Amino acid sequence: MATFNVHVTIENKPGISDPEGETILNDLVLKGTHKTVSKIKTAKMLKFTIKEKDKKTVQSKVQEICDELRIYNPMVSKVTIDVFDS
Amino acid sequence: MKVGVVVFPGSNCDRDMYHVLTDVFNFDAQYCWHEKALPKNIDAVILPGGFSYGDRLRAGVIAAHSPIIKDVKKMAKKGIPILGVCNGFQILVESGLLPGILLKNESLNFMCEWTNLIVENNKTPFTNQFKLHEKIPIPIANGEGRYYVDDDTLKQLKKKNQIVFRYSQVINGSSHRIAGVCNQEGNVVGMMPHPERAVESEINPMDNKPSSLIFESLLAKIGVGN
Repeated sequence: MATFNVHVTIENKPGISDPEGETILNDLVLKGTHKTVSKIKTAKMLKFTIKEKDKKTVQSKVQEICDELRIYNPMVSKVTIDVFDS
Repeated sequence: MKVGVVVFPGSNCDRDMYHVLTDVFNFDAQYCWHEKALPKNIDAVILPGGFSYGDRLRAGVIAAHSPIIKDVKKMAKKGIPILGVCNGFQILVESGLLPGILLKNESLNFMCEWTNLIVENNKTPFTNQFKLHEKIPIPIANGEGRYYVDDDTLKQLKKKNQIVFRYSQVINGSSHRIAGVCNQEGNVVGMMPHPERAVESEINPMDNKPSSLIFESLLAKIGVGN
């Protein structure tokens, strides 16, 4: 068994409005001098520390947790799971 | 007949709901702690508003895994009337008892104001005393109150008559201006506005009669008060 760090990113699916991201873009970033930015999306990240035998197992285990416990709501959100060695 | 008022850590409208049920409408009400089983002799269940688990992760999602929800689901299957108000609605949605999800209001603000609802389904245990399209002046108080469903689900909701309440005008960006829905059977109803804050003339500057009909509908459904 090894220890892994996992970043679970929860963000809105394409087409679901993200008023917070739009506000940060339009009312903060674009009002300054940073005119090259075209999009900002907000997301929530959960960082897991988990002990499993390999990265593949970690990936499926964390996906299972996210689905079973509704860590994200599949109607509006998607999750991205990134696994790192500890 | 007994109405169970479910209490989660962070519920804060449970006592208002209990007061209205018992003192205003003469129901026999009982608080039900979320870690315990629902009493067997319960005739209706209400999930009150509040901030269960501090809205952590997403409003309602952690409470949706509370032990009592298993019993609420059993009751729902049996056809017992179940009402979720505000956070209670969010919990019903997150537990899968009702379709859709409640997102942050489009303004990103916590909204505390009077709205007008339109009754779209007067066949549920909480709306059977209304005329169709009757108006209800009622307050909302939420940060995550924007009801969202995808287009296919919205079509289904319309087809199966599951839209119970709509706002009379755009309030927070909700899909189809939806303020409340029910399950296909009609016995589980969720709504964002707070009827328990609108039934007494002392605290309702508008007309408190329409909101009262929500509780009178339940009385008509499960019998007279004690």
